Amino acid sequence: MFQTVVFYVFAAILLFAAVRVVTARNPVHATLFLVLAFATASGLWMLLEAEFLAIAMVLVYIGAVMVLFLFVVMMLDVNIDRLREGYWDYLAPGLAIAGMMVAEMAVVLVGRKFGLLTMPAPSPKPADYSNTREIGAVLYTQYVYAFELAAVVLLVAIVAAIALTLRRRKDSKFQDPARQVAVRKQDRIRIVSMPAEKTVSRDS
Amino acid sequence: MEFFEQLLGPAWPAVWTLVKIVAIVLPLMGMVAYLTLAERKVIGYMQVRLGPNRVGPKGLLQPIADALKLLTKEVIIPSGANKFLFVFAPVMSIMPALAAWAVIPFSPELVLADIDAGLLYVLAITSMGVYGVIIAGWASNSKYAFLGGLRSAAQIVSYEIAMGFALVGVLMMSRSLNLSDIVQRQAGGLGALSWNWVPLFPMFLVYLISGVAETNRAPFDVAEGESEIVAGFHVEYSGMAFAIFFLAEYANMILVSTLCAVMFLGGWLSPAPFLPDGFPWLAAKVAFVLFLFLWFRATFPRYRYDQIMRLGWKVFIPVTLVWLIVIGAWMQTPWWPWGQA
Repeated sequence: MFQTVVFYVFAAILLFAAVRVVTARNPVHATLFLVLAFATASGLWMLLEAEFLAIAMVLVYIGAVMVLFLFVVMMLDVNIDRLREGYWDYLAPGLAIAGMMVAEMAVVLVGRKFGLLTMPAPSPKPADYSNTREIGAVLYTQYVYAFELAAVVLLVAIVAAIALTLRRRKDSKFQDPARQVAVRKQDRIRIVSMPAEKTVSRDS
Repeated sequence: MEFFEQLLGPAWPAVWTLVKIVAIVLPLMGMVAYLTLAERKVIGYMQVRLGPNRVGPKGLLQPIADALKLLTKEVIIPSGANKFLFVFAPVMSIMPALAAWAVIPFSPELVLADIDAGLLYVLAITSMGVYGVIIAGWASNSKYAFLGGLRSAAQIVSYEIAMGFALVGVLMMSRSLNLSDIVQRQAGGLGALSWNWVPLFPMFLVYLISGVAETNRAPFDVAEGESEIVAGFHVEYSGMAFAIFFLAEYANMILVSTLCAVMFLGGWLSPAPFLPDGFPWLAAKVAFVLFLFLWFRATFPRYRYDQIMRLGWKVFIPVTLVWLIVIGAWMQTPWWPWGQA
């Protein structure tokens, strides 16, 4: 009973936040609503006893990805009027794509492969059951090749993205800490003995 | 207690948890207040000054005077600021600083929520703290605040990676994400030498220094950087709104020190096998780490921004990665002195 109430409250917040992500005029507001959507989605996963997924969602998406998103969006100078241009031109293809996504989701959700009969509600686990340990065990034994392959693909993508956008300016100045540390006194300082310009008279 | 249990009926668990939360938050707030006094006193003595000594005996009532002053001041919302987000930002910064305390074990029995994924929970909650700074910087509609917010975002995201890797080492040592288990596993015949800081020494240092950077404390306080961007992200805040940022910063300092004590310094365990374990040891360890924070601030000049980034990405992350491999290989050999790993 209590869980059902919590579920509907979270689901309502999630839907509201998701709608506001696309309707908010200010891009920073939209990003923050997306953060709210992620946070409530993680709450829903927690209700399904998927604690690792729920916490990883907060850690990765809210704690890292969305921070960088916000970082970029805050620096954009978005002109709302320019965005509104061509609204009617984009409406038809947009609606077509939306319809297609709804149809795809309907095939999955309404079909026989995804119902309470084939996927029963998770049975409550004892308190010492560790979701994280189970996921780790499966990930590193049964699915270890797929997992490692995905990791390598991601690594290649990161390297490629950096290689594509990295531009070295010829005139940029930078310091090399290794060389700074290696510097000794005799490299920089030359002690010269100079004759005094004027001899100090002792009697004054 | 049983009388209340019968009186409140089904509402009792919620009420009892609330009581426990208050029992954690109130002493924490008191500690924050007196940490500000300790900071001014310690830095004062390090700079051969006396520090505050006028309000109350030896200046002991100074934090109360400060709090009253901030409470009675007006909260000014700058024109052109985003009102809702401007007020919301301090809330976002204090929320993680308080919520993370739910899983901290103070002694074998004393913990609010003894959850299995405690370490992950702490990482996830503390990673949300950066939003307070970013939102404050953006909503203030001021270039100094904005620059402070951007600096802080980049810095916190960078150091979180090194911090996370350091915690993977802790995870390998204790084979559990539960903070109470992590402390229990550090118990051994060697006393202080069987705590995690010995086998994970490089990670301990990385965690400690990343903790200073995560809390935006000197020498990593570029988000505030008085001499460059006035006061950074909270330049437009006044009165209680400013005080909440202040509270959050100090609560975060205490949190990072406590986590450091729990994960690397054996939590409530005593340093010698013949002494009894207990909460006073945890308090002493937290006080020691907090003293380090104050010492750093009094001793080191502020890092330049590119040097902060270099330290985080090019020094700390490689150090933790190499040490992860060293620890992993070492554990498989017979020369592993810290018990069954």
